[in-house]
Amino acid sequence: MNTRPESAAPARAASFARRALQHRSFVLGALLSGLLLAAALLSFAWTPGSAYEMDMEAALQGAGGLHWLGTDAFGRDVAAQILIGARASIAVGLIAVGLGMALGVLLGLIAAACRGWVEEILMRLADFTFAFPALLSAIMLTAVFGAGMVNAIIAIGIFNIPTFARITRASANAIWARDYVLAARACGKSRTAITLQHVLPNIASVLVVQATIQFALAILAEAALSYLGLGTQPPQPSWGRMLSEAQTLMFQAPLLAVWPGVAIALSVLGLNLLGDGLRDLLDPRLARER
Amino acid sequence: MSIFLLKRLITLIATLLGASLVVFAVLEILPGDAAQMLMGPDAAPEAVQAMAEQLGLDQPAASRYWQWLAGLLHWDMGNSYAYGSPVSELVWERLSVTVPLAVLAMLLTAVLAISAGVFAAAHHKRWGDVGIMGLAQIGIAIPNFWFAILLILLFSVKLQWFSAGGFPGWSEAEGGGFWPALQALLLPAVSLAAVQAAILARITRSAVLEVLREDFVRTARAKGLSRGAALRRHVLRNAMIPVVTVMGLQFANLLAGTIVVENVFYLPGLGRLIFQSIANRDLIVVRNCVLLLAAMVVVVNFVVDMLYAAIDPRIKAGDI
Repeated sequence: MNTRPESAAPARAASFARRALQHRSFVLGALLSGLLLAAALLSFAWTPGSAYEMDMEAALQGAGGLHWLGTDAFGRDVAAQILIGARASIAVGLIAVGLGMALGVLLGLIAAACRGWVEEILMRLADFTFAFPALLSAIMLTAVFGAGMVNAIIAIGIFNIPTFARITRASANAIWARDYVLAARACGKSRTAITLQHVLPNIASVLVVQATIQFALAILAEAALSYLGLGTQPPQPSWGRMLSEAQTLMFQAPLLAVWPGVAIALSVLGLNLLGDGLRDLLDPRLARER
Repeated sequence: MSIFLLKRLITLIATLLGASLVVFAVLEILPGDAAQMLMGPDAAPEAVQAMAEQLGLDQPAASRYWQWLAGLLHWDMGNSYAYGSPVSELVWERLSVTVPLAVLAMLLTAVLAISAGVFAAAHHKRWGDVGIMGLAQIGIAIPNFWFAILLILLFSVKLQWFSAGGFPGWSEAEGGGFWPALQALLLPAVSLAAVQAAILARITRSAVLEVLREDFVRTARAKGLSRGAALRRHVLRNAMIPVVTVMGLQFANLLAGTIVVENVFYLPGLGRLIFQSIANRDLIVVRNCVLLLAAMVVVVNFVVDMLYAAIDPRIKAGDI
C-alpha cells in the first residue's frame, strides 16, 4: 500500500468528487451552469438559425419547424439569439466579478494585515458604497460614460469590490487569529508572506463560493441594464434586450417574452445552487440548515 | 440611548455629504464638459458656451457644489433642461408614485416572507419546508422585470384584469383616485416583492430555526407552552433582528428595482424620471434624483438601526 504523503491529494479529490456527486443542489447547479457554458461555446461553432440576418418574410413565426423557438419581429432566430446571448452574460459575469474580486480581495487582505486606521478607513469606505444600490450606480455610470457592454462591466465590477473587500477582511481576520499564523510571525515571516502563504489559501473556498453568487448577481444586473438599453448594444444579442423588444409584441407573440427570461432564470438558479453546493462541500462548518 | 442616537446621526449626515460629493464628482467633473453632453456632439461651439454659462459651469466646481448643497437645504434643485420646470416640482410629483410603490412592495415582501419563512421553519425538513425553500430558490433567480412582464402577460394580456401599464394618478378630479391608483401599483409591487420575499423567507426561516434551538424556548415548551404559542411569544421577536436588518438592505434594492419596474409598467415615478433624464441628457435631474434615492437608502438604514434598539434593548451605545 502506498503511504507516501503525495497520495493524499488524489484521495482527497476522490472523496470530494464522491461527496459532490451525492449533493443534489451541487449536481443540479453544476448541470445548469454547464448548460450555460455549453450554450455559449456552442454558439461560436453552430446556431440553429441566424441571430443577425433579417428576414421579414419569416417574422414572428411560432416555435417549431426550422426555428425551434420561433423568430422575432425581424425574422431572426430566437434560439440562436439565446445561445449567443449566453456569451454576453458569461463575459459580463466573468470580467465584472474578476475585476471586483481582484481589487476587493486585495483591499480586504490589506485591511486584515494592517489593522488599525487602514482597516477602519477601508471598511468605512466599503460601508459607504452600500448607500448606492448597485443598479442605481450602474445606471449613473452608464449615463455618464455612455451605454455599452464595457461600461456595464466596469459599473457592475466596481460594485463587487466592497462585497469582496468585506468578506475577505472578515475571513482573513479569523485566520490571522490562528496559532499557526502566530507561529509564522514568531519565525519572522513578513505580513506579505503570511498573507500569501497562509491567509489567502485558507480563505480561498469562501471567495470561490462568493464569486459564484456574485456571478449570478452580475448576470441579473447585466440583463437589467440591457433591458433598459444601457448594457450590451445591438446587433449583439443579449437576453435583457430581447425581453425589452419582446415587450412591445406581447399581444402578437407572447412567447418571445418567455424564452430569454427562462434562460436568465436557469443560469442564475444554476449558479446559486452551485454556490450553495460548493459552500457545503468546501466548508461543512458553513453548511446551512437544510 | 441618546449617545447611540447622536453617533448614528453624525454617521448619517457624513454619509449623506459623502454621497452628495460622489454624485457631484461623477456627474459634473468626470465627464468633462456637461454643456457639450447636454447639447449633443454636433452642437455649435457658441451654443455650448451659452449653455455652459446658463448652467453656471464657468464657475469653479467647489462653488457650484456649495451652491447645489445650499439649494438642496431649501428644496431648490435647479431647473430641468428638458422639462423647463423646477426639478423639485418634478421630483415631488414622481415621489407620489415611487414611495407608495416601494412601501407597498415592502409590505407585500414582509407579509409573504415572514409567513412563508415561519411556516417553513415550523415544518422543518417536511414537505412544506422543502416546497417553500424550492420556490424561494426559484424566486431569487427570477429577474424582477421578467416577472413583471410575465404578470402583464397573465393578468393584462390573457385575463385582462389589470391594465398593462400607466398610472391614473391619485386625484379623482384628474380621472384617477385612490383605488384606481392602488390597482395600477399592485402588479408592479408584486413583481418587486416576489424576488425580495424569496430572499427574506430564507433569512426568516434560518433565524427562526436558530432561535427555536435556544434554551429559553425549550424552557417555555417545558412549562407547557404549545409549539405555536412558543413561536408567537418567544421565537418571533427574537428572530426579528436579522429579518429587520435584511429588510433595511432590501428597501435599497426595492428602490433601485423601481427604476426598472417603473419602465416595464410605464409608471411616472422617480425611476422612470431618472431613466428619461439620462436619455434627455438632463444631468441636473439625474444628479438630484440619484442623490435622493441614495439619501432614502441611508435614512431607511438609519431607521433600521433605531428599530434594532427598540426590538432588542440589549443594543446600546457602542454596540453597533
